[in-house]
Amino acid sequence: MYSEKVMDHFRNPRNVGVLDDADGIGEEGNPVCGDMMTFYIKVKDDRLQDIKFQTFGCGSAIAVSSMISEMAIGKTLNEAMKITNKDVAEELGGLPKNKLHCSNLGADALHRAIENYRKDIKIEPKAKRPEKPADAAHCHCPYCGEEFDCKDTHVDMCVNRPGAE
Amino acid sequence: MKTIYLDHAAGTPVDEKVVGGMIPYLKGYFGNPQSIHVYGEEAKGAIDEAREKVADLISADPAEIYFTASGTESNNIAIKGIAHAAKKKGSHIVVSAIEHQSVLHSAKSLVKEGFSVTHVPVDKNGVVNPEDVKKAITDETILVSIMHANSEVGTIEPIGEIAKVVKDKGIIFHTDAVSAVGNIPINVKELGVDSLSLSGSQFYGPKGAAALYLKKGTRVVPFIDGGIQEDGRRPGTENVPGIVGLGLAAGLAVDEMADRAKHLVGLRDALVSGLTSSVDHIYLKGHPVDRLPGHASFVVEFIEGEAMLLSLSMEGVCVASGSACTSKALKASHVLEAMKVDTALAQGSIVFSFGMMNRMEDVDYVLEVFPPIIERLRKMSPLYTKYLKEGKK
Repeated sequence: MYSEKVMDHFRNPRNVGVLDDADGIGEEGNPVCGDMMTFYIKVKDDRLQDIKFQTFGCGSAIAVSSMISEMAIGKTLNEAMKITNKDVAEELGGLPKNKLHCSNLGADALHRAIENYRKDIKIEPKAKRPEKPADAAHCHCPYCGEEFDCKDTHVDMCVNRPGAE
Repeated sequence: MKTIYLDHAAGTPVDEKVVGGMIPYLKGYFGNPQSIHVYGEEAKGAIDEAREKVADLISADPAEIYFTASGTESNNIAIKGIAHAAKKKGSHIVVSAIEHQSVLHSAKSLVKEGFSVTHVPVDKNGVVNPEDVKKAITDETILVSIMHANSEVGTIEPIGEIAKVVKDKGIIFHTDAVSAVGNIPINVKELGVDSLSLSGSQFYGPKGAAALYLKKGTRVVPFIDGGIQEDGRRPGTENVPGIVGLGLAAGLAVDEMADRAKHLVGLRDALVSGLTSSVDHIYLKGHPVDRLPGHASFVVEFIEGEAMLLSLSMEGVCVASGSACTSKALKASHVLEAMKVDTALAQGSIVFSFGMMNRMEDVDYVLEVFPPIIERLRKMSPLYTKYLKEGKK
């Protein structure tokens, strides 16, 4: 199911850990959905000097986090902001269709960490998001990328779902 | 690398004796059981014998056994067929919240046709309370379907007691016993059910060979139209080799059930006590006592199921999980949800189901490789980091 590269990043994920003196922290996902990532960054001269991450999630989630940390280290903040989930999936040699949403989370979590640093606000684990009810879990549909309330049956009914009526 | 198969709930290997018994019906005895000549008679004799063996396994009458291609098909015929046959009497169906998708989706499709469905809740062990079934029944109820044992958490339901409640009101009672038949003794007459689904793939028979028990007098509207096979309830040229295999597997199950249970319980209990004593924050799900002999389902806190599956698979251990990421629809297990397991915790679901090929060395091996896997994934988990720091979840 998974490419050799994904399995490699799953077996030996790069840059796992925490930075107690992080310059920026970004968190994405939700344990309710089954995937959550926290990225920690250290910035020097506008470049990502160090990145560490932690992930609660499936094989894809761990591999994606590891891959994007490897891709982004040493890059300028602008370059890192330009890394898309598609880039990560491609670098990994592709992901199964229904796991593409995991790659969304990885790129988003890193970008949140960068935004967190740039806004120069007191470092909080949760970056500023549009107002949402505090306890509503939000999932990304793996077939169309839309966000929806996890309690919905969106995935079952998504028009892009293979075999959908 | 040695592979250890611990996912018997998904399907069992076919017993050597069963394979041996099926081959003649793939090679020489290829007749159609409906043909009026020696080839046909030979094939018909074979499936009649299989029918008797399957009937014997559940203490039914051979004439009450109808062969189908899968447990799912049996469930579909039961739910939709019985409902349509009884729709003049009412339009309400009762099922449990933890039924297999083939029961839940069959009921759902009936809703589109104007039926209504009530889902009876379960307790934290996944047990259905007969009183809750009683409360769910109305004057319009025509069918109740509650599974005998759940394949995700292993819980065995009090079907006898539930049947009493349902039959008291004169309503038809079906049970999806696909996970139970062949593993635990079942007597349909003692239980008091009107209909029951079973599948050979669960007790060392081939896939594609299953059956539906319909007590004499229980009407169904079949949805396959065709000839007169299976008394018109399930037309189509019979899968003779498969049915022969199902019969042989049923016969072996009758003979070996007690010994099998003893063997499986030993392995299951060793795994449960081994894991719960060597790993923190791991919880056995399902009823602690009334559970299938070889079934051990856990939730492991702070980490996710698919990551565990992959890691175990890398060590040659084959198991299953109810986490969202292991399902194609990316939805976490509806069974764990109905048992009110915290959604985040349910993502750490891991299900072991033993079979007759397993030995105690397999348990020892799992106890050796699984705890380090859990430790590695926890070190990566922000939830575990948070717990260590703050002491709360």
